[in-house]
Amino acid sequence: MRALSLDAPLASGALGTFNPLAKLAVALVVAAGLLVTVDVVTASVVLGSELACLPVIGVGWRFLVRRAWPLPLAACGVAVANLVASDADGTTIAAISLRLMAIALPGVVAFAATDPVDLADAVHQQLHVPARFAYGSLAAVRLLPLVSIDWQTIRRARRARGIDAGRSPLGMAALFASAVFGLLVAAIRRATRLACAMESRGFDASGPRTAARRQVFRRSDWALVVGSAALVAGANLLALAAGTWHPLLW
Amino acid sequence: MSALIEARGWGWRHAGRRGWALRGLDLRVEQGERVLLLGPSGAGKSTLLQGLAGLLNAPEAGDAEGALWVHGAPVTGPDRRTGIVFQDPGSSLVMARLGDEVAFGLENRAVPSEEIWPAVRAALDAVELGYPLDHAVEHLSGGEQQRLAIADVLAVAPRLWLLDEPTSNLDPPGAALVRDTVWELLRDASSTVVIVEHRVDELVDGVDRVVVLEPGGGVRHDGAPDEVFSRHGASLREAGVWVPGRAPARRGAPEKAGPPVVVADAVTVRYPAAAADALARVDLEVAGSQVTAVVGPNGSGKSTLALCLASLLVPTAGAVRFVAGGPATPYARWKPSELVRHVGTVFQEPEHQFVAATVDAELAVGAKRAQMPSDAARRRVGELLERLHLSHLAAANPFTLSGGEKRRLSVATALVADPELLVLDEPTFGQDARTWDELVDLLAAARARGSAIVTVTHDEDLVAALADRVVRLAAGRVVARTPAGEPL
Repeated sequence: MRALSLDAPLASGALGTFNPLAKLAVALVVAAGLLVTVDVVTASVVLGSELACLPVIGVGWRFLVRRAWPLPLAACGVAVANLVASDADGTTIAAISLRLMAIALPGVVAFAATDPVDLADAVHQQLHVPARFAYGSLAAVRLLPLVSIDWQTIRRARRARGIDAGRSPLGMAALFASAVFGLLVAAIRRATRLACAMESRGFDASGPRTAARRQVFRRSDWALVVGSAALVAGANLLALAAGTWHPLLW
Repeated sequence: MSALIEARGWGWRHAGRRGWALRGLDLRVEQGERVLLLGPSGAGKSTLLQGLAGLLNAPEAGDAEGALWVHGAPVTGPDRRTGIVFQDPGSSLVMARLGDEVAFGLENRAVPSEEIWPAVRAALDAVELGYPLDHAVEHLSGGEQQRLAIADVLAVAPRLWLLDEPTSNLDPPGAALVRDTVWELLRDASSTVVIVEHRVDELVDGVDRVVVLEPGGGVRHDGAPDEVFSRHGASLREAGVWVPGRAPARRGAPEKAGPPVVVADAVTVRYPAAAADALARVDLEVAGSQVTAVVGPNGSGKSTLALCLASLLVPTAGAVRFVAGGPATPYARWKPSELVRHVGTVFQEPEHQFVAATVDAELAVGAKRAQMPSDAARRRVGELLERLHLSHLAAANPFTLSGGEKRRLSVATALVADPELLVLDEPTFGQDARTWDELVDLLAAARARGSAIVTVTHDEDLVAALADRVVRLAAGRVVARTPAGEPL
């Protein structure tokens, strides 16, 4: 059984050495700083700086293309939709699209470059989230791919049993409900087995626990977060100075 | 010195069940003993191991009676002096990387951080997993994953080892790997081992005591392996316990092949995002009155081939043709109701194919879908229930049956419409000797009626007892096949 499939993280380069929480904080800071305004200057300064900084922290264009290719596509889609359906002028539409990419890019990179185990470690060690929650969630996430495999098997088994919904919506609903029930039974069985195995290895809320992997929040992590906050603030100030700053809730 | 394990009148009933999984158990195991725990399906072997491992102590888990002592005190929960290895490594491993996986148990036991990695390395060396610590667990074979699960326990250095069918979920090479490791454990005089295993031939020389549990009762036999097996071998086999040296008999002489039923032409399957073909240009003709066994290591494409032959997976290239009647549309596009009249499929997990609320409704579904006349359908359902010893369970919910009963029911659902083709994925997996015999007899009867039977299997006894033809796959290709009647 292949329960353990997760996207291989990008652990090489400088990005791999940052604390996962720092990477997530950057994504949040950028999102917060850009959500207050819709203007082309703030968005393009932030997006430009992001693209300029990514190679410095070890993200190559190859990785960008592989993980972030849907972003320009989504931005174009938003632009086209606005062109067709709204009376917004070209500058505003450009601002909306650029802002979308500038907000999403750090998030995409942060998630792609964060190992789930490192994240669980950091959440437990820096944020003091209980181990039961941090590592329990980690184990649960690793069972997820199996759910889709089970679903496929159950669908096939329905076909083998001669069952199709026909054309009636009622039949479809009944078939779907019985397949979902089968899926739940399988998922609960598996989760119970895993929980049992974890318990047998001493995983419970009581008692002290040590850490084999240390996650630390270094000075470089602070620098990353503070630097991105400064960048976003600077971009907003620049837009104010240029007179293009346009608060969202105006 | 007191015994390492002591049970006095111990019993356990799982929450929501009427019957006791185990009752009236009296058992003493001394330090250093190696005990093989046997019993027919439903005798409570796994329940006993879970009880010993401290996994039955949550109040909502069920009811206990009597006393169960381990390490000189009543069991109150998991204890670091007790380690347990489960059947399926896929649902017992926790972390994504090799080193983290072994470290997990040490972290939980609050082993000082600086001692963790040396202990992890020592445990991995002991089970001969020579990969880097950041090697992905998912890239290990099944046998290696089970070795890893053993390393998890080894790292904590328990005094009592509990092994719950550690090789039963593995293909023969994987099982052999794990058996070597288990042998090492059994040789190490400092540990006490209680092992449950279905097929015991390779193990029996390594243990010094055999305890046979009685379903619903306590200990049925207890003694040295030779003594127990020579004195009670026949009655144990009768009760469904696998006994060493009693290989099942061949069922029927190889039959003359009937007309072809299903034909695979250069069937190729590639799963989305996979790096290689799961099946690569496989040609196969399956004839009536023949049992074709598809064998090969895990991941060699056996189940994928079975799905294609049963029209449950459309090949990426090539085609499967059904040539024994049926609709004129391409086989891959048959409607489910057409398929069920000609093809019966048995999945590895019986639960996946249950759709009804009672056992007899479960069987009636197939008959109805195959558009059998209702009185004929009723007769057929009654006859199958009888033959498979499920009549007394006709009103039970399929999900509440025991493992052996579920397996028999899933086979019955495939047989109900008397299909020309029967496709089975590991039908004998994990079954006790009695269910095994019944299944094999049932398949032999279907063959005698002219059905073509394809079974994916790791079970060498099944191949010996039933197969007319063997097809061996490796990495998605047919690497060997025997014509009808010739041994591989």
